Amino acid sequence: MSTEVAIVGIGMHEFGRTEGVSGMEQGVIAVRRACADAGVKWEDVQFAFGGSAAAGAADTMVSQLGLTGLQFINVANGCATGGSALFSAYNTIRSGVFDLGIAIGFDKHERGAFRVDTRGAGLGNWYGASGLALTTQFFGMKINRYMHEYGISHSTLGKVSEKAFRNGSMNPMAWRRKPISEQEALDSLMLSYPLTQYMFCSPGEGGVALILARADKAHLYTDKPIFLDAAVVRSRRFGSFEVLAPSIALEHNAGPTVDSSKAAFEMAGIGPEDIDIAQLQDTEAGAEVMHMAENGFCEHGEQEFMIQAGDTEIGGKFPVNTDGGCLANGEPIGASGLRQVYENVLQLRGQAGARQVPNDPKVAYTHVYGAPGISGVTILSR
Amino acid sequence: MAQVPVTEGVFTWPSETPQLIGSRCVACGNHMFPVQSGCPKCTGEKTEQVLLGRRGTLWTWTVQGFPPKAPPYAGDVDPKTFKAFGVGYVELPGQIKVEARLTEADPEKLKIGMEMEMVIVPLSTDASGNEVVTFAFAPVA
Repeated sequence: MSTEVAIVGIGMHEFGRTEGVSGMEQGVIAVRRACADAGVKWEDVQFAFGGSAAAGAADTMVSQLGLTGLQFINVANGCATGGSALFSAYNTIRSGVFDLGIAIGFDKHERGAFRVDTRGAGLGNWYGASGLALTTQFFGMKINRYMHEYGISHSTLGKVSEKAFRNGSMNPMAWRRKPISEQEALDSLMLSYPLTQYMFCSPGEGGVALILARADKAHLYTDKPIFLDAAVVRSRRFGSFEVLAPSIALEHNAGPTVDSSKAAFEMAGIGPEDIDIAQLQDTEAGAEVMHMAENGFCEHGEQEFMIQAGDTEIGGKFPVNTDGGCLANGEPIGASGLRQVYENVLQLRGQAGARQVPNDPKVAYTHVYGAPGISGVTILSR
Repeated sequence: MAQVPVTEGVFTWPSETPQLIGSRCVACGNHMFPVQSGCPKCTGEKTEQVLLGRRGTLWTWTVQGFPPKAPPYAGDVDPKTFKAFGVGYVELPGQIKVEARLTEADPEKLKIGMEMEMVIVPLSTDASGNEVVTFAFAPVA
């Protein structure tokens, strides 16, 4: 039987824009905060997995943290970089090789929509030159089709943004902390129909670090261990509709989110009905809506009624993106998936302050999605 | 002013009836665009070049409302003169859904399921003064 794994320390550098502090330095600060949270010294950490998309090789941060000789492996896996670092750390402990390690993600992006490296993404120069290499277009097109098929309203998209910014206003680590109304979201600049400026997250900055230990040794570091019951990463299969695709097959496949979700539930031995709180990839408002169904939490189209009824609010039946999600926190690619886990650890410990969900959560779920069609899911419990 | 394609090998040009150039898997018949050597459906390693259909239906769409970053974008990025353009996937019957610019950018005039036809549109002017063109789909009147 494999070893069980617990998260025993969490650290974050504020998301948003921090002038004069590099992405790497934000990662270092997150590591120091995670070590302090677990009560461990950097020299106690036996191994690390870390990555960023645009802020340098994670393993070089040892020159600031201390040259202890630990095993440090860089992870580069697009939007699932943080999730992949966590997956790798989880399995390193499960395998019995090490007892105590850290997963690190950080980033710092230029302003505005992501500039896509068409060559690096395996696409011809003509694709970007012709004005097609924008991730924002995919999100507009996916939700537009989804609204057509399942009757999701523009108002529901506006309500997702309103909730995100309200939750962000209660999160001292969030970038966007000013509440906006549904109407303000609907009336803001149309960027990629049907999605407006306040329905999109922005590339940003930030860092997160999580310290993992063998579950049977977790009490050495914390009296509130949070157990990692599943960590899964999946890539796309034939027929799925993904970001930055010059073409898609006629036949339909549900995509990597559905695959990773099913695998995670199987690994944890539970189902969607057992989840008390979820952090779902909300690159834009429509993504949160679609990912509720793709992760198995409702039927397609049911979100319209759930969101209009307030079910996904902090005090609702099924709280979603309680820290404001990507919409309020921005998306530093390397750190984004780990931010979701950080929030769930806080919520399960009962330490989420003003945004603590009142349903005494015991089981929590995270989901990331990104280019070129990759998804990562975790399930945590206390 | 001479017209030059944004790239070679993606669409037939010059032509009165331009077509996208794709691949078909010799083993399973799966279509791909642009041309590629391996099949993502059956993992087959042999494909042949095929010209894609010029007409199809609009599967989904959006409107690019802000100037893309340049590079990679070759078109107009001046916020004062930039014109929003449509982007969509057009389903070519029996083949594949291809992503393309659309000649229509008015949400009121774009409908999922509408009939579309491939056209060639101007994109930019290159250093030698040539008009660079790319492919797009236009609603069939």
